[in-house]
Amino acid sequence: MSELANTIFSPETAARFDKLATIYPLKRSALVPMLLYAQDEVGYVSDAVVTEIARRLDLLELDVRNVLSYYSMLRTKPAGKYNVQVCTNISCMLRGGYEILDHCKQKLGIGHKETTKDGVFSLEEVECIGACCWAPAIQINYDFHEDLTPAKVDVLFKMYRDGKGKDEK
Amino acid sequence: MPTLVSHPDEVRVLSRRFGQGAANIDKYVELDGYKAVQQAIAQGPEWIINTMKASGMRGRGGAGFPTGMKWSFVPKMSEKPKYVLVNGDESEPGTCKDHIIFLEDPHAIIEGTMIAGLAIGSKLGFIYLRGEYRYLLKIVEKAVADAYSKGFLGKNIFGSGVDFDVITQTGAGAYEVGEESALMESLEGKRGVPRIKPPFPAVVGLYGGPTVINNAETIASAPHILLMGGEAYAKLGSERNGGTRLFGISGHVERPGVYELPMGYNLKRAIYEVAGGIKDGKKLKAVVPGGASCPVLTADEIDVGLDFDQMGKAGTMLGSGGIVVLDETVSIVEFALRTIAFYQHESCGWCIPCREGTDWIKKTLTRVYNGGGSKKDVDNVQYLAENMMGRTFCPLGDAAAMPTLGFVKKFRKEFEDYIAGNKAGTPIITVEQLVGAGH
Amino acid sequence: MADVKFTVDGKQLTAPAGTLLIEACKLAGIEVPAFCYYPGLSLQAACRMCVVRIEKMPKLQTACTTPVTEGMVVQTETPEIAQARKATLQMLLGNHPLDCPVCDAGGECELQDMTFKYGAADSFYAEPKNHREEQKWSPVVYFDRPRCILCYRCVRMCGEGMDVFALGIQNRGSSSVIAPNISAEISPDHLAHVDCEQCGMCIDTCPVGALTSGTYRYKTRPWEMNHVGTICTHCGDGCKTTLGVRSTSDGSEIVRGDNRDKSGINGDFLCNKGRYAFDFANNETRITQPLVRQPNGEMKPVSWEIALDHVGKKFRELRDTRGGKSIGVIGSNRITNEEAYLLQKFARTVLGTNNIDHHRTADYVSFAQALSGKPNRTASLRDTLTAPAIMVLGGDPTIQAPATAWNIRTNVRNNRGRLYIANSAEIKLRRQARAFAHIAPFSYGALASFIAGDDSAAEALTRPGTDATALHKFREAVRAEEQLLVLIGSEFRGADLKRLLDFGTTLPNRKFAMLSDYANSRGAADMGLLPDMLPGYTPLAGNTTFAEYNTSTERGLDMLEIFEAAGRGELSALYVVGSNPIARYGVDPAVLQNTFVVVQEMFLTETAALADVILPAANLYEKSGSVTNSYGDLQLVKKAGDRAGVRSDFEMIVRIADKMGANMHALVPFGKGTRADMGQSRGAQSGEADRHAIWLTANNLEPKLSPFDPFAILDEIQRLVPGYNLLRLQLLSGNDQHLQPAAPAPLVQIGNRRDLVLPANDSLFTSGTLGRYSAMLSDLQHNEGLRPPTGLTQIETAAD
Repeated sequence: MSELANTIFSPETAARFDKLATIYPLKRSALVPMLLYAQDEVGYVSDAVVTEIARRLDLLELDVRNVLSYYSMLRTKPAGKYNVQVCTNISCMLRGGYEILDHCKQKLGIGHKETTKDGVFSLEEVECIGACCWAPAIQINYDFHEDLTPAKVDVLFKMYRDGKGKDEK
Repeated sequence: MPTLVSHPDEVRVLSRRFGQGAANIDKYVELDGYKAVQQAIAQGPEWIINTMKASGMRGRGGAGFPTGMKWSFVPKMSEKPKYVLVNGDESEPGTCKDHIIFLEDPHAIIEGTMIAGLAIGSKLGFIYLRGEYRYLLKIVEKAVADAYSKGFLGKNIFGSGVDFDVITQTGAGAYEVGEESALMESLEGKRGVPRIKPPFPAVVGLYGGPTVINNAETIASAPHILLMGGEAYAKLGSERNGGTRLFGISGHVERPGVYELPMGYNLKRAIYEVAGGIKDGKKLKAVVPGGASCPVLTADEIDVGLDFDQMGKAGTMLGSGGIVVLDETVSIVEFALRTIAFYQHESCGWCIPCREGTDWIKKTLTRVYNGGGSKKDVDNVQYLAENMMGRTFCPLGDAAAMPTLGFVKKFRKEFEDYIAGNKAGTPIITVEQLVGAGH
Repeated sequence: MADVKFTVDGKQLTAPAGTLLIEACKLAGIEVPAFCYYPGLSLQAACRMCVVRIEKMPKLQTACTTPVTEGMVVQTETPEIAQARKATLQMLLGNHPLDCPVCDAGGECELQDMTFKYGAADSFYAEPKNHREEQKWSPVVYFDRPRCILCYRCVRMCGEGMDVFALGIQNRGSSSVIAPNISAEISPDHLAHVDCEQCGMCIDTCPVGALTSGTYRYKTRPWEMNHVGTICTHCGDGCKTTLGVRSTSDGSEIVRGDNRDKSGINGDFLCNKGRYAFDFANNETRITQPLVRQPNGEMKPVSWEIALDHVGKKFRELRDTRGGKSIGVIGSNRITNEEAYLLQKFARTVLGTNNIDHHRTADYVSFAQALSGKPNRTASLRDTLTAPAIMVLGGDPTIQAPATAWNIRTNVRNNRGRLYIANSAEIKLRRQARAFAHIAPFSYGALASFIAGDDSAAEALTRPGTDATALHKFREAVRAEEQLLVLIGSEFRGADLKRLLDFGTTLPNRKFAMLSDYANSRGAADMGLLPDMLPGYTPLAGNTTFAEYNTSTERGLDMLEIFEAAGRGELSALYVVGSNPIARYGVDPAVLQNTFVVVQEMFLTETAALADVILPAANLYEKSGSVTNSYGDLQLVKKAGDRAGVRSDFEMIVRIADKMGANMHALVPFGKGTRADMGQSRGAQSGEADRHAIWLTANNLEPKLSPFDPFAILDEIQRLVPGYNLLRLQLLSGNDQHLQPAAPAPLVQIGNRRDLVLPANDSLFTSGTLGRYSAMLSDLQHNEGLRPPTGLTQIETAAD
């Protein structure tokens, strides 16, 4: 059970947040991880998430928003169940990153930061994800998929659509 | 999963446990793990620092500051607690070496953190991974938990009477947080904006306490250095550039991958021998030798040793060891645009020259790329970059200006020809992609 | 710290080690430009305008973050530096809207000034500028994003300076934006707003026109106004506010208030009232013609001559028939010292009554008497900025005295000042306090005893569920302070106050100040608007100082007694100058039905509504003179605005006295003073001087030294009022000076005096009766009611 009454999070996440607020020399250090973990659970950083995290860490909501808007992985609007992040930075670009991006757009019928109607996929063009030597690479949620071709992407999409994706959290 | 590669020219020190399941703590211990830290306890801080100094180890994050010296700057006495901070916010385009260390040898980082802690008298270390590396974070978290359950971490480590704890931390997407003081801000739950220096982290760092912050690769090297001895490690490398390092070779090569090569290894050989040469038998056009922020080298400039000094002499930098190889099909105009687009996206916005400079270079190059450029635009891009160099709050401004200047100076004719309608290479990015929110 | 020697632009300079180069340069008259640097706020090094060349440094360095060191050699204006600054400006201007012709900041803009200096005139870009609509964050704060250069001054001002933290920075890179605490997503009207104290310091500190004021925006151009630095009429801090005035068909209108030259006692600070709440002067319900009640009960506009004649005759008749003691006089805590002095002198010497009082918002009589004969025990507002330790007992400076709160916060933040607070409420300033004693309600009397050493008082102080340990620790910590400034709230009165001060003055290096509520609350008491005290807290009986008054030694009726007398039909006349006792004291209007009531007012207040004669009055912004703030700091009031048809209270009192046939030379020693007003006290609009000249000429009087000149009576104040031995030059040059009450030893038993202190209890957005006529304050109250406050949680401060 969470130490905070009326938490919007699952008991596991709430308990995790209770602990997270205690491990650092300064409580506030838990902010960035908390926002990310909250997003993992809720799907995005909603107003309610901001309110609760501000309460948990004794911060002003404005302060939480200042921080949250800084980090590119944090979003304040819902995304698809599987957020496909295509790297087009230099190493990936040289090995077909844009081709992969185009293919994803075509295949999913959506553009950058859009979500498929069924809410399963959303698409995002991202900066370097640190998989340069295995380019082109994408991340679906937190899972890395490297050395891709459009055909491999198709297989991945099918896997995730069938609920057989890895989906690391 | 990242593919592991190998080449006979490799000297495997740091990577010697790669591919052997060393993420498992028992396996790690079997492979001489947690021996160095015990040796460090036995020998004491001065020995650790002297060994690090003798090793000639220079920071693998990109700046190349001698690690032993950095550790020695931390005051012995301090009212505030001291901290060790491992920078695993690997974000420099072209760089994925820490990725593979976290994956293949997470305990080396934990052990290195402990060694740094012993050297400076810290009881708490943080391992900060970029937010995208969630699966690696879980590997490191597991490794930390295993180390605790073995009693390697926590109270009275290895009977030394010294306590040492490790906290793992995730970022949430920000290149700028790779800058050491920005990382501290982020770790303190703030926007990843760098701090004013001085004071330097060794004096006033995390939570205001003296802090050693090192790149993950630097930290992971420490146990190996202690085990083999500083001088022996130094001998592996070139003059004033001790040891080996991980080079990530990517782009248009036949065998991209992360290779451990001695410092000073020849760049040309690294591309043509180690990485198997240019992909599909094409001709080499240029090399970005140490991550996206390093000035480009043309095909005839690559006969140079891969160490901090030789690369500096060649007018570029060793950087993060991310070697990006460009073949003849690449349009430099496009490549320059994609590079600056990244820095524009990642500028924290704190200072005017970086915030506005990256934005205007990107806007101008976008127009040039779309066919609306004039010769004056090339001058202006160079003017902007020159006025960012050395004028910004933190090195991100330089990181954006340096490659831009490199492209514009070394490939000026290509820019001018492009504007005149004579486009070299095969541009990849479509106009629609340029207007996307990613740009 | 020891001084170091260094060289800037070839000049040998010295400054204390650790001084920031930019400050050291400023002291030496060398201007290093900067957008983000703001003295006293945290360093940013963000704008890169202050770059200089320091020998042996590889790159240009920011002067705002570099402390001077021995032997440092610096260049601040070389071609290289000029180029760096020019390029930075060029990058900024690429996206700047360049709407200078309509921008409020045009002509007062640091970006304009620097562009002018460094000549970043050429444009390199063909891209469209990023346009964003302006946002109304509150009735007084507007944000024009494209103009913003992201210097973060506003963010720091709001957070560090005000401890409000209503502004933040969101997004990153070129999308970075200053964001208010109520984002559009969570706002009921889907527009971004700011939930804050509405002080306007963010606007003040904005180097460009990104933040503009709701009262001023798009009204005029800076160079079309005259700028008059005068003293704010609202709270007891007495801040200097610079009023921008513009000629209109019926006088001159105040268009803007700000803290333009920062030369006042308030330094950098000005709160919302000082900045915006001048607009009561322009309220359309303002009375601009004398009104006399007709036999049918209607108020009829008449000429000044008729009105004054009527008042003079009636006062004289009532005095002569029913005696001076049948007349009551109520003064104001927003009139000048000269007017207050003149009013009591008029009452005592012309009307022949001691029935004089005013709305008292602190017990200055007890304060002065307790400190009588103990010099150097009172503190100036300025001391709150520098005192190593401050204790605030009662009161709530954040609301009641915002400049005091600002000074204390600044002191804690920048000088590591130690703050101790004892209060029955959890006042906001406790966030800066090293120790906060949260005492039980209504226990200030016990607090005075406890601090004075009476341990038995601890029980009454302790809140249920807490123990007294913290109180003892609090007292010990305060006692251990070598120097201490004690700010006393109006909760302390009479015997409690005396007990506190009697104890405090037994300890060395303790200074005291008493917080009150209005611009001249202190002055009103100092000037003797009291039934039992002559000016300077001089007792009525046995004094020789005011022998020339030849007044009765019998104490007069106080505020409540005056109305009680009226109720008994014993009050023949009531003369109210700038006060609204009917509303403030909840007086039954019926008690005045047989009293001849004369009210000098701007508006038809509850009191004015009962008047037989209403004389339209000028307000503090429309007259000259001096005021004394809560602390006893004397400052000059300058005439800024003007309104046809109204007169200053000073002039009206003189004219009434004249109509009564009084000896004018005895009342106002004009013509014999040595120091005439040399024009300093008048604002740019000296129309009244001409008016006075006409009257003087008509009466065959020397026009130079006028009886309407407040400085004529200042001579007498200086001559007679104990403690008002002021420095004339200091006053006239617009500086503040600290005065100390110098009342003779108390003859009256303090404990026996009636407690007539009635705190105003103003909020940040009210200011007594006057505030009701400020449209801006009304808007702010309404705005406040629109959304629940976000509430400040515990944030780390310098005191932690």
